[in-house]
Amino acid sequence: MRELAYLRPDDVGAAVAAVTDNPRAQYLGGGTNLVDHLKLGVTSPELLVDVRRLPLDEVEEVAGEDGPVLRVGANVRNSDVAAHPVVRSVFPAVARALLSGASGQIRNQATTAGNLLQRTRCVYFQDVTTPCNKREPGTGCSAIGGYARYNAILGASEACVTTHPSDLAVALAALDATVVVRGAEGERRLPVRELHRLPGDRPEEDTTLAHGELITAVELTAGRLTRRSTYYKARDRASYAFALVSVAGALQLDGDTVTDVRLAWGGVAHRPWRATVAEDALRGSTFSEEAVLAACDRELAAAVTSEDSAFKVPMVRNVSALVLGRLAKEDR
Amino acid sequence: MTELLPDPVPARAMGSARLRADGPAKVTGLATYAVEHPADDPLHLWLVQSTVARGRLVDLDTAAALAHPGVVSVLDHTNAPRLVTDDPDTTDPELVVLQDDRVAFRGQIVAAVLAETSEAAREGAALVTARYETEPHRAELRDDSPAYAPESVNPDQPTDSDDGDVEAGLAEADVVVDQTYRTAYEHNNPLEPHALSVTWLEDDDGPRVTLVDSTQGVHPVAATLAPMLGLEKDRVRVRAPYVGGGFGSKGLPHAPEMAAVLAARTVPGRAVKLAVTRQQMFALTGYRTATVSHFRLGARADGTLLAIDHQVREQTSALKEYAEQTATPTRMLYAAPHRRTRHRLVELDVAVPSWMRAPGEMPGVYAHEIAMDELAIACGLDPIELRLRNEPDVDPETGKPFSGRRLVECLERGADLFGWADRTPEPRATADGEWWVGTGVASATYPTMTQAGSQARVSALGGGRYSVAVGAVDIGTGARTVLAQIAADALGCAVEAVDLEIADTDLPMATVAGGSSGTSSWGSAIVAAAQLFRRDHGEDPDSGVHTTASAAQSPGMEQYATHAFGAVFAQTRVHRYTGEVRVPRLLGVYSVGRVLNPVTARSQLLGGLTMGLSAALFEESHRDPRFGHVVTQDLATYHVASHADVRGIEAVWLDEEDPHVNPMGSRGIGEIGIVGTAAAVANATFHATGVRVRQIPVTADRFVG
Amino acid sequence: MQAEITLTVDGTEHRTTVDTRTTVLDLLRERLGNTSPKKGCDHGQCGSCTVLLDGRRHLTCLALAVAHDGAEVVTSAGLAAASDDELHPVQRAFLDHDGLQCGYCTPGQVCSAVGMLDEAEQGHPSHVTDDLEAVPELDDDEIRERMSGNLCRCGAYAGILAAVREAARS
Repeated sequence: MRELAYLRPDDVGAAVAAVTDNPRAQYLGGGTNLVDHLKLGVTSPELLVDVRRLPLDEVEEVAGEDGPVLRVGANVRNSDVAAHPVVRSVFPAVARALLSGASGQIRNQATTAGNLLQRTRCVYFQDVTTPCNKREPGTGCSAIGGYARYNAILGASEACVTTHPSDLAVALAALDATVVVRGAEGERRLPVRELHRLPGDRPEEDTTLAHGELITAVELTAGRLTRRSTYYKARDRASYAFALVSVAGALQLDGDTVTDVRLAWGGVAHRPWRATVAEDALRGSTFSEEAVLAACDRELAAAVTSEDSAFKVPMVRNVSALVLGRLAKEDR
Repeated sequence: MTELLPDPVPARAMGSARLRADGPAKVTGLATYAVEHPADDPLHLWLVQSTVARGRLVDLDTAAALAHPGVVSVLDHTNAPRLVTDDPDTTDPELVVLQDDRVAFRGQIVAAVLAETSEAAREGAALVTARYETEPHRAELRDDSPAYAPESVNPDQPTDSDDGDVEAGLAEADVVVDQTYRTAYEHNNPLEPHALSVTWLEDDDGPRVTLVDSTQGVHPVAATLAPMLGLEKDRVRVRAPYVGGGFGSKGLPHAPEMAAVLAARTVPGRAVKLAVTRQQMFALTGYRTATVSHFRLGARADGTLLAIDHQVREQTSALKEYAEQTATPTRMLYAAPHRRTRHRLVELDVAVPSWMRAPGEMPGVYAHEIAMDELAIACGLDPIELRLRNEPDVDPETGKPFSGRRLVECLERGADLFGWADRTPEPRATADGEWWVGTGVASATYPTMTQAGSQARVSALGGGRYSVAVGAVDIGTGARTVLAQIAADALGCAVEAVDLEIADTDLPMATVAGGSSGTSSWGSAIVAAAQLFRRDHGEDPDSGVHTTASAAQSPGMEQYATHAFGAVFAQTRVHRYTGEVRVPRLLGVYSVGRVLNPVTARSQLLGGLTMGLSAALFEESHRDPRFGHVVTQDLATYHVASHADVRGIEAVWLDEEDPHVNPMGSRGIGEIGIVGTAAAVANATFHATGVRVRQIPVTADRFVG
Repeated sequence: MQAEITLTVDGTEHRTTVDTRTTVLDLLRERLGNTSPKKGCDHGQCGSCTVLLDGRRHLTCLALAVAHDGAEVVTSAGLAAASDDELHPVQRAFLDHDGLQCGYCTPGQVCSAVGMLDEAEQGHPSHVTDDLEAVPELDDDEIRERMSGNLCRCGAYAGILAAVREAARS
């Protein structure tokens, strides 16, 4: 770990300025992923700007254009978000996603923004003795032809085949959350679906944020659909493990007719994968397990797998059927 | 020092439930493990590992490291103190560190950084840059890799065995199972990474080294390191007051220990602390080789075995041979007139494999017991009934009678407790909501050994109190608790009257905590010393009198085949949508002689079952053959069972004693819990789903479709 | 870079200068002489380094000391010292149910259990909670899931479960 300068500004503006001005500066939140990476040598900032104590730690209910909005401060701990009564009742997929992630201790430390900005757990990314385009652009992708069990099957590139590890991000993608970002130029809002990107030829960039931009909050708009949402994480170990695949779903039925549906997949791509093709196929159709499977097959037509990641195609399709099936049972 | 054949000890404290003697120190965290031992102004050592799998170190640039604040020095092969390596009998190739420019595997120690703080040491190590001349390497155990027959298999058993005519037996058979079963590379991963604090002292009598080490055997460490350091064993003092697990990986000293001693030698009088990182453990502290077991079972239609053929392919390292004895349990588990076992090794340019809990028995019985499950189905028999039909009268390997073989009772008792009679024979017949449900069974066995060489000293402290000293180590087994119980019964006093001293080479010689032989070996020595003490000093000894003795081997060990037995029952649930496997019930029933302390014994057996479950479902060290090292090198990517994975788990045992093996009537219990467990779980997943998976770990992707 | 911080550990306030790279775990173990929290993986993957930090269970290996200036840390040693008895009730339960073998994960398990019981008391749900809107009942599956951030390689989970179950009742 390189020697580090450390700064703890008192307000958001000062923090943003400190990082924006220094290309070798990084934000420090709960530290659960960054400290890990400092030790591994995955990243070597010269300045840490500690934002964990900035007053971004409230969960507030505010009025929004399309209904009540829950505004979750960037520093609210994962455990506190999951335990919040409104999250539990109105956004169950978010609570379930958070509770399926990491451990009780880590959820007490990890922040909302930090969760979204955590980096891939690809074994090669984390091992500085092996080539990795995401860690060191231009060195090559060791995961291609290597340990592939956690590799992407959708949207990967020749430069990078890794997956995004966040559970929360998948649930937020399904529920069309908005991310509030503060930069040197001021505040902007972007749909969470536009936060993470596909690797293309720039896998070193996980997100669309510019250097220095700071997530200050996540906003969720409540609706009938969000209440009928849930999350399932498939994994070998029953707890404290990253997803093989995961599915966040939301469903609204009128009788047997799908009036609205959301489906987002984790563990399959460089970003949470909103299965819009499958959603479109299901919307307006008669709900059945076969219909869900067929819709997923359309989405998965683009899947590219290796021998070790091929299982993800049937798995994510089955989990989608499981998730929507459970919601349908609730809705009836 | 006298050797004595001890008389059997009447059990009073032995067999009673006593809480762990070191429990209060452990639950508070006040127990100090190796590197936690206080030292004045210690230096911290960080290892630098090779990034090529085979070749030569051409250049090591240490300038940046040395310039880093706090870095004291960088050791490499050009400046490290020399080891004595000219005697093949005392030279362990794994321990020849920093002596030359050869790289034999990726992850090998090529330098070590000494610094005033651990932060500086870590960064100093990162700043060392090495240049290599690389050579082609082999790092993949392939079915077509060239293999050879080792001279013997661990620890010193025949490589092959032949009885009767296997091919004739198979030809005569009505039913043949011909399948290949694979186990993954597995790393022991004790929760305490390998660590030590070491000080090199120069006094009037020459050099003296003291280590506080995380090891399963203080005496073996001293005996191994001393000759390579050019020292007498008594100049190397090793202590291991608390050890955070080992499971075999701390049974022998590994390269990091030697690197730390060499570093300490460069700074005499100053303590050097080395805490191996979790990632480094995947290259430097041993592991279980992957195994490939080709099984052929031939049986009559009624299930009676005619032929057992078990041919094993596994891996060793080019640096040092290690031959896992995977097929040895096959030589004694069931009766059959025609039998053959083979071990063949593929030599690779990889880290050195070593002992991991039940080496041989774990992967071997796993394979055998799935083959038996397949045979049961082929014969239309209940799997327990099949095993009952193949019970041998005497040990098939040696022809000797067993000191006790109650495998049948273990199976029957387990069947009773588990509710086996309610089982539907057909696979994929039981669904519960989103899950398929099934049950499976497997036999377990582990040899009962007592290692020669342990000694114990009994001293009178006055007032009816005694000191009992033996250089044994408690790695979490409960030795500190159980040895005091043995000593109390051997002396005829209360447990509270015994001050037990262990874990120091200043105490009498003790063998390694391994091979499920610790309690038997050390306990026998304690009993011998106690009985000789009473003979020499009577019931009311003067304070200060003492006796040191070792135990002669029980004649029963020669006359009988001595093994522990068990039966493992598992229920699994396999998710119909995701293929996820869960184990709601796991039961082990054991025949292990006298259980000396039901509290610590139960924990040991449950721990073995848990590690077996973990191997069945999760554990796999994925070596990337392109690079040559394990890339799943941490606890987030090498999964061991978490609390949520271990649900209804229980271990019970038959009420018995084994009078033939030692004066306590006990057999070893440290390893048998892991044996057979992976097979029971795998068999249960077959019963649940109808899908036969012939490799572990049995992961969700095997069932999803 | 060095920084001066204040950390209260097991009731004692320490004013100390730290390297900005130093974790709370290394500060405790290598500078302050408190080796009750253990280092099992140093990367947040085992739970051995768990303490109560400002009242909540927390990993110390992923916490930079400089970022926790002013924090209050309670280790398992501190839990014992603060108890009327020689041991904290959770520690006593671990002992009585043999919820340990080698002992290396144990102080972290104990701190985790104490923090977890407090979370449950506050009605926090877990991954296995069926009804997110109800107050979860701390049954065996809940305890297992909530304690899953603490790995035990010796496999003492059955004893740990029994210990936590007993502590939860009292």
